[in-house]
Amino acid sequence: MRILNIVESAYRGTLEEQDDTVLWLSRALKNAGADLTVVLRGNAVNYAVRQDCPPLTIGRTTIQHPARPNEYLAKLQAKGAKVYVVAEDLVERGIAAQGCVPEAEPLSRADLVDLLEAHDQIWHW
Amino acid sequence: MADRTLTLAIMDAPYEAAASTTAFRIIGAALAKDIRVNVFAYEGAVALTMKDQAPHANPVKGTSVEEEAHPTTKDLVAALMAPQLRWVNCGLCVDERGTGNWIEGVTRGGPADFFAMAMESTATLVIPTR
Repeated sequence: MRILNIVESAYRGTLEEQDDTVLWLSRALKNAGADLTVVLRGNAVNYAVRQDCPPLTIGRTTIQHPARPNEYLAKLQAKGAKVYVVAEDLVERGIAAQGCVPEAEPLSRADLVDLLEAHDQIWHW
Repeated sequence: MADRTLTLAIMDAPYEAAASTTAFRIIGAALAKDIRVNVFAYEGAVALTMKDQAPHANPVKGTSVEEEAHPTTKDLVAALMAPQLRWVNCGLCVDERGTGNWIEGVTRGGPADFFAMAMESTATLVIPTR
């Protein structure tokens, strides 16, 4: 069974979770043997932007391990999961493809249709 | 014996989103059609089954606890419980929220259980937080 995880909601609880909940789940599913592909769309395309994630201090507490989306995309790819980012959603947000990590391959909305067809289950988060 | 199985992954915390009601209605409708249902409660959705939920009066409407008959989500889930319903709470999500005291019929699990449930299912529906 081929699963396509489409991640749209971004930065949901990433402070408290120190992770993106669906990228984390995708890695866990991959560890469990899932044949998985990930597509970043909407605001989640920001995960593909090359970025630094420094520790964050709130009051007297410092969060030493903030979410590191670039790292999670690389680990997903290393586990054999293909990661795509919707090209038009990058353009709409003024994000240049050159500013993104190579682990997320740009994909047009038109080509997304073929990707949907190639998977048995589509999970849109 | 049901030969079809539906798996749902839900994420919304109780009393926050219409999606929870929609999920309950889908679960109830599927069970009524003799379809087996698996639920993977992820993140805030693990609180849907918290046993310590309590109905309250409604001072704005001027109703007592009895008159209001406030439906708690744990009672709604309990009302859905059936041999053909398997409800799994994400264990790590439970730990970070302290929501481990839940109603009868709920079990602890993780993403591997969700994957296994999806693999055995006719269809899987994800209802994420927006």
